[in-house]
Amino acid sequence: MSSGSNSLIQGVSLSQWVGGNAWTDTPWLAFAAVLGGTALTIGFMSLTAMVLVYAERKIAAHFQCRLGPMRVGWHGILQSIADSLKLFFKEDIVPTNTDHLLHALAPALCVMATLLALITIPLSPSISIANMNIGVLFLSAVSGLGVLGILLGGWSSNNKWSLLGAMRAGAQIISYEISMTLSILVVVLFAGSMKFSTIIESQATGWWIWRVPVVGFVAFFIFLISSTAEINRTPFDLAEGESELTAGFHTEYSGLRFAMFFLAEYINLFIASSLGAILFLGGWMPFHIGHFSTFNHLMDLIPPGIWFAMKVCGLIFLSMWIRWTFPRLRVDQLMRLEWKILLPIGLVNLAIAACLILSEYYFFVWNPL
Amino acid sequence: MNRTELLSTVLSLSTEFSPREKTDRPAVLAPVQGLTDLMLKLRDHSELSFDMLTVATAIDWIKEGKIELVYILISSTFKHSLQVGALLDREKPVAPSLSSVWAIAEWQEREIFDLFGVRYLNHPDLRRLLLEDDWNGHPLRKDYVDDFMLERPWR
Amino acid sequence: MEITGMTAATMSNTEVPVSSLDERIKFFQNEPQSALATQEYFVNMGPQHPSTHGVLRLVLKMDGETVREIIPVLGYVHRGMEKKAEYIGYRQQVHLTDRLDYLCALMNNWVMADAVERAMKIELNDRILTLRTIFAELQRIQSHQLWWGVFGMDLGAFTPFLYGFRDREKITAIFEDTMGARLTMNYIQPGGLMYDIHPEFPRKVKDFLKYFKPILNEYDELFTGNVIVHQRLKGIGILDGKTAISVGASGPVLRASGVSYDLRKSDPYGVYSKTQFEVPVGTTGDCWDRYIVRMQEMRESIRIVEQLIDNIPEGPTMVMKFGAKIRIPEGIYYNQMETARGILGVMLVADGTEKPYRLHFRTPNFNNLWSVISMAKGLRLADLVAILSSVDIVVPDIDR
Repeated sequence: MSSGSNSLIQGVSLSQWVGGNAWTDTPWLAFAAVLGGTALTIGFMSLTAMVLVYAERKIAAHFQCRLGPMRVGWHGILQSIADSLKLFFKEDIVPTNTDHLLHALAPALCVMATLLALITIPLSPSISIANMNIGVLFLSAVSGLGVLGILLGGWSSNNKWSLLGAMRAGAQIISYEISMTLSILVVVLFAGSMKFSTIIESQATGWWIWRVPVVGFVAFFIFLISSTAEINRTPFDLAEGESELTAGFHTEYSGLRFAMFFLAEYINLFIASSLGAILFLGGWMPFHIGHFSTFNHLMDLIPPGIWFAMKVCGLIFLSMWIRWTFPRLRVDQLMRLEWKILLPIGLVNLAIAACLILSEYYFFVWNPL
Repeated sequence: MNRTELLSTVLSLSTEFSPREKTDRPAVLAPVQGLTDLMLKLRDHSELSFDMLTVATAIDWIKEGKIELVYILISSTFKHSLQVGALLDREKPVAPSLSSVWAIAEWQEREIFDLFGVRYLNHPDLRRLLLEDDWNGHPLRKDYVDDFMLERPWR
Repeated sequence: MEITGMTAATMSNTEVPVSSLDERIKFFQNEPQSALATQEYFVNMGPQHPSTHGVLRLVLKMDGETVREIIPVLGYVHRGMEKKAEYIGYRQQVHLTDRLDYLCALMNNWVMADAVERAMKIELNDRILTLRTIFAELQRIQSHQLWWGVFGMDLGAFTPFLYGFRDREKITAIFEDTMGARLTMNYIQPGGLMYDIHPEFPRKVKDFLKYFKPILNEYDELFTGNVIVHQRLKGIGILDGKTAISVGASGPVLRASGVSYDLRKSDPYGVYSKTQFEVPVGTTGDCWDRYIVRMQEMRESIRIVEQLIDNIPEGPTMVMKFGAKIRIPEGIYYNQMETARGILGVMLVADGTEKPYRLHFRTPNFNNLWSVISMAKGLRLADLVAILSSVDIVVPDIDR
């Protein structure tokens, strides 16, 4: 990382910039930087959500033999902007018997948790907002905050369907957090660090998904399932369960507040996918095959940011593919899957990973020569 | 079993059955008292085995001052059918509930009660089915009038 | 205005107690017995709910996610059809039947038309019967396509819904060519058909069958083989044959319970007796069996149409003078047919005039809904949704 003091793009993380000399020298500059950084993050967040919503609608449409949005802009590319504008100007309906304070607080909590989780994600070696040394721990902690918003939203709506949805969400997210953390821990063990940039750099010689024979893949698989459950997407969308609970926890929300839940949902999708890419698919590390140096050099030519984006997009596409193909699980089946299947497998997997590390003989190096 | 055989079997089952005219299928009339027992006999008879109560409805014969309950029974094994009728007093229509014979009767009797005002004895849950609880009158009676009717003789 | 009809019956019968919805709910209410017991609560599923398929209202007594009691509340689309029928002529009755089960309007038309024809002893020619059979089977396929889509959606998979509608549209277009209508056709009239078929009709039907046969396998690939679908459907909502008969279920619901009772076989009408087809029957009577029976029925319907479409006999499509006033001799006539959801019966009470003295519709969904209550008790809310969808209810058919 360079030490330039005036540009984000040249490779100084915001925290370094704020925490460095700028803070002590000129407080107004630091304030402006914090403000600018927050604005940038929120801007990035909104933009990502819009792109994801558009992508989801298009992908879903093509899965379903239709075209999706086609009217606003070229192939409906401005549809998300139109929709966001519409949501901005819609009346915010608050039912009479709600707990007004909590009802207003819930979507904000959801977005806040998402925002906190988002800042830990490094997008490329030079773009990261908070590259902290306990990144994994921090992300696990704040992503659990989101469920608080969902619970509050369902509770304060004074609607039995909402409450059912919120309770389902609470049970589901808390349960699946265990499996998700167990699968993340496998990678933390191998990389020996909780810092995301270090985890990525540890994969320079091979991605964790195949560098450790079976363990890595099993961990990735568990991560994929539990992260899908964590962000409430089909086949684990019981909290919304459109055909069962009408709309679940956000039944009583409209306008901007609904938009905030929506935003949080899509950013969570982005976070989960980038987490998968960082932990198991090598983050911004290019794809290398053993000693094919020409191929490897060619791969190196692609900038790291593009590599990261490609991996994230692939995982997001996978998630959407699952969503538009699978039906929903039932609530007891969901719990059974977690506590009786994923959790034991995750624990055994973690134990095996620890044994492999102790034996110090685990790297899968493919050498054709 | 053809039509005449079926009818004679049913008539021989109990003396209380009497044949009914002007129907397109074998039909008998039964007295209201003891209707449940007669229906049980029809259901459990080995050659008849009318195990399906397909239709349960009523007809308001206003000129005779009667309400006729009409049951159409079908046997799922022999595929034959029988119509059983029971005449009630129009002013005070009370009939025994058949919900202990066929489970579906509970549901159908609620509809008949709703639309004809026939009260069922020993019915587990006698309340209106299609109309609101506080609706006035029973619309399928021939002398029923209200403001929403197609023909308004009083206007 | 003095209301005359009700007084006599309501006044003199007070010794038989009448309940109300509030009393019924109170009847099921009970306070938790101990501090450890969970508190049960009531929740309204409907009249506006995505998976009650219309304005059906179920008052559920729930214990957490578990459904303890179901109190159906009907009448939100009650249109007084049976009363209305007493004021209009026999030919007009067909227009009422479209609005019963709007997803198989043609079959409903046929039942009504056939009831009048049988009462008047009108002999139809083979062309009319063959065409009616073809239309009925096409309608059965169409109805099941929609059911399949909606079933998928109720289980949480949205994609089947659009696949189902995509293919349903093809049949709708075929109907539109001939009848000019897409949903409420009232095409089958007493005495024949409203007008002759479109000249392109046989070719289009053949094209459709050619298109749809591989599509059915695609349905299987997308939905039937999915492990979550198996988990959600197998062993859920079991209705054994005996109960099914007792609760008056009919159609695929009854056949899935292992009772092979299909009016097309047991009491053939139309030209069904001349065609070869199987009646698919389930074994356990759970949601999975109902699903498989319906999927299989689509294949059998294709078979029937294939046998008939190539040799539609020549002849007039109306044997009765159109516009003639229909007078049915005095008597009670009951006629029933197998629609996509079960037995639709029409009971005509004629008094020799142009209007029926009384007309009763025995609708399949009315009876099938009753079976849901016995099936879903003690299961989860999500199972109730799956059961409702597997029974394939259409609410206007229940309320009439």
